[in-house]
Amino acid sequence: MTQLAHGSAPAPVPPADTRQPVLEARSLVKTFGRVVGLDGVDLQLFPGEVLAIIGDNGAGKSTLIKCLTGAYTPDAGEMLLDGQPVHFKRPQDARDAGIETVYQTLAVAPALDITSNLYLGREFRRKGPLGSVLRMLDKKAMRDNAGTSMSDLGIGTIQNMSQAVETLSGGQRQAVAVARSAMFATKLVILDEPTAALGVKETGQVLKMIEEVKNRGLPVILISHNMPNVFEVADRIHIQRLGASAGVITPQSHTMSEAVAIMTGATTLAETPGRAG
Amino acid sequence: MTTATHQPATAADTFAARRQSPVQRVQQVLHAYPTISPVLVLIAASVVFTIVNSRFADPQSLSLVFQQVAVVAALAIGQTLIILTAGIDLSVGAIAILSMMIMAKLSMDHGMPGIPAIIVGIAVGTLAGLVNGLLVTRIKLPPFIVTLGTLSVFTALGLLYSKGQSVEAASMPAVVNWTGTTFAVGQFRITVGVVLVLVLYAITAFALSQTGWGKHVYAVGDDAEAARLVGIRVNRVLLSVYTVAGLIYGITAWILIGRAGSASPNALTDANLESITAVVIGGTSLFGGRGLVVGSLLGAVIVGVFRSGLSLAGVDDQYRVLAIGVLVIAAVAVDQWIRKVRA
Repeated sequence: MTQLAHGSAPAPVPPADTRQPVLEARSLVKTFGRVVGLDGVDLQLFPGEVLAIIGDNGAGKSTLIKCLTGAYTPDAGEMLLDGQPVHFKRPQDARDAGIETVYQTLAVAPALDITSNLYLGREFRRKGPLGSVLRMLDKKAMRDNAGTSMSDLGIGTIQNMSQAVETLSGGQRQAVAVARSAMFATKLVILDEPTAALGVKETGQVLKMIEEVKNRGLPVILISHNMPNVFEVADRIHIQRLGASAGVITPQSHTMSEAVAIMTGATTLAETPGRAG
Repeated sequence: MTTATHQPATAADTFAARRQSPVQRVQQVLHAYPTISPVLVLIAASVVFTIVNSRFADPQSLSLVFQQVAVVAALAIGQTLIILTAGIDLSVGAIAILSMMIMAKLSMDHGMPGIPAIIVGIAVGTLAGLVNGLLVTRIKLPPFIVTLGTLSVFTALGLLYSKGQSVEAASMPAVVNWTGTTFAVGQFRITVGVVLVLVLYAITAFALSQTGWGKHVYAVGDDAEAARLVGIRVNRVLLSVYTVAGLIYGITAWILIGRAGSASPNALTDANLESITAVVIGGTSLFGGRGLVVGSLLGAVIVGVFRSGLSLAGVDDQYRVLAIGVLVIAAVAVDQWIRKVRA
């Protein structure tokens, strides 16, 4: 975790950014009976940035992400995508709107090959009656496209796109999942604990892919427990605490231990304004 | 293939590449092409049976094998689809019998012309499959339980509707037992039913390998939750699979009338287990998500080849039952073994 590959390292985005966020959540509330999952959370994701969301267990990270991806419908508050209000009733709505999600659980079909996994649910059909009447798949076009997308994302180790996904390592499988989101996302990619099941080397591969996705201009929301990972790739860090936002910091403004302190409630952002604050 | 050159191989990669024993290579090839095992079994069995008794390879005895296995092979198509989704269908035979009795009774007692009677029979089979599918997807019951229940329900309906009586094919319109018509291909005697079975296999193989629906069937059987997360409508896929299976059982009912020369509500008593046997010997995993429909055809033919070969060898038929049992266990053991392949 030594190489901080931030390139030109833009100045930390000040909280009062005037640019239009790609995704904005305002005062999201989600309750489960008497349990308050989200207690009025605000979140802004700006173009071309990696926004990390950190928080202790029960801080509302998952609930927040499930609202953003349509798995939950918030009780109150609003969500704006490119300034337009959106209401997701199911995950497919978020996907149709251009938001792709990568899950911790390596959501791939192990027995299917890489190409089939990349295009699962979004297959290309052949042109003409072979596609429209016989519903034949255009396997060659998918394979060619898949190969290009994977190498664009810097995944050089996968040699054969018709290899079954179960013959890949955990990191390579997650790479397939990240590549799939990057291929189809038009607005943003959400990665929910993408490295939780991975080893150190494999985690490195996935972090590199996050940088690649960002370099292509797609903003990324990264949910992670892993502070070194977060500080390596994130431009800004949204801290969740007890169902609310405890503030937004950057890897430049605060140290990891300060972030953890804010996250656990040992201190607050007001008490620890950080270097840039 | 070309991208590998960008990354220098690490020592561990080199080690992993070198360490393959012949056994591991076999495991990997079988993993990539699980249908190789039934092909080898079929070739080996055919060679041995021909050596023991050369009449085994006569066109007449081979023609008989195909005619004998046609019905189970047809039922195995629907069973394969359901097993690919990690389900199981115990109501296979019951649905086919129900469809068959409807075809027979409608055309006999109610004077319905042959073709409408066949269509109604197939429609009822399809509907029965739909019922299985609805119970699996809406009430969320395990397929084993659903089809165990509908096995009894559809069997009883078939018996009640036919009042337990058989109908002779000779008294039905010709088209109803047209599937039993034989014609010569060289020295082979082929029935229309056998051709129909091969056509069904071709269509199913095409749908599974060449269409998005086929990919979704595999994905749902492989990991239903992952399939749901990528946006596949899992319940819709399952419902379509059970309904298509019902359609296939309905068509099989028509083939069965031609094969048996009568419609008896007490036929096909072993069809459920025989269809599962064909699928398993054919290399399709009972855990879902892997296998080829053509494997089930091979599986059904293997059973037929053992029946014919062992009887021509003058061996008690119980040895066939014994051999098939060994094959089933071996097939599942091989499946378990090849599923452990990792890069």
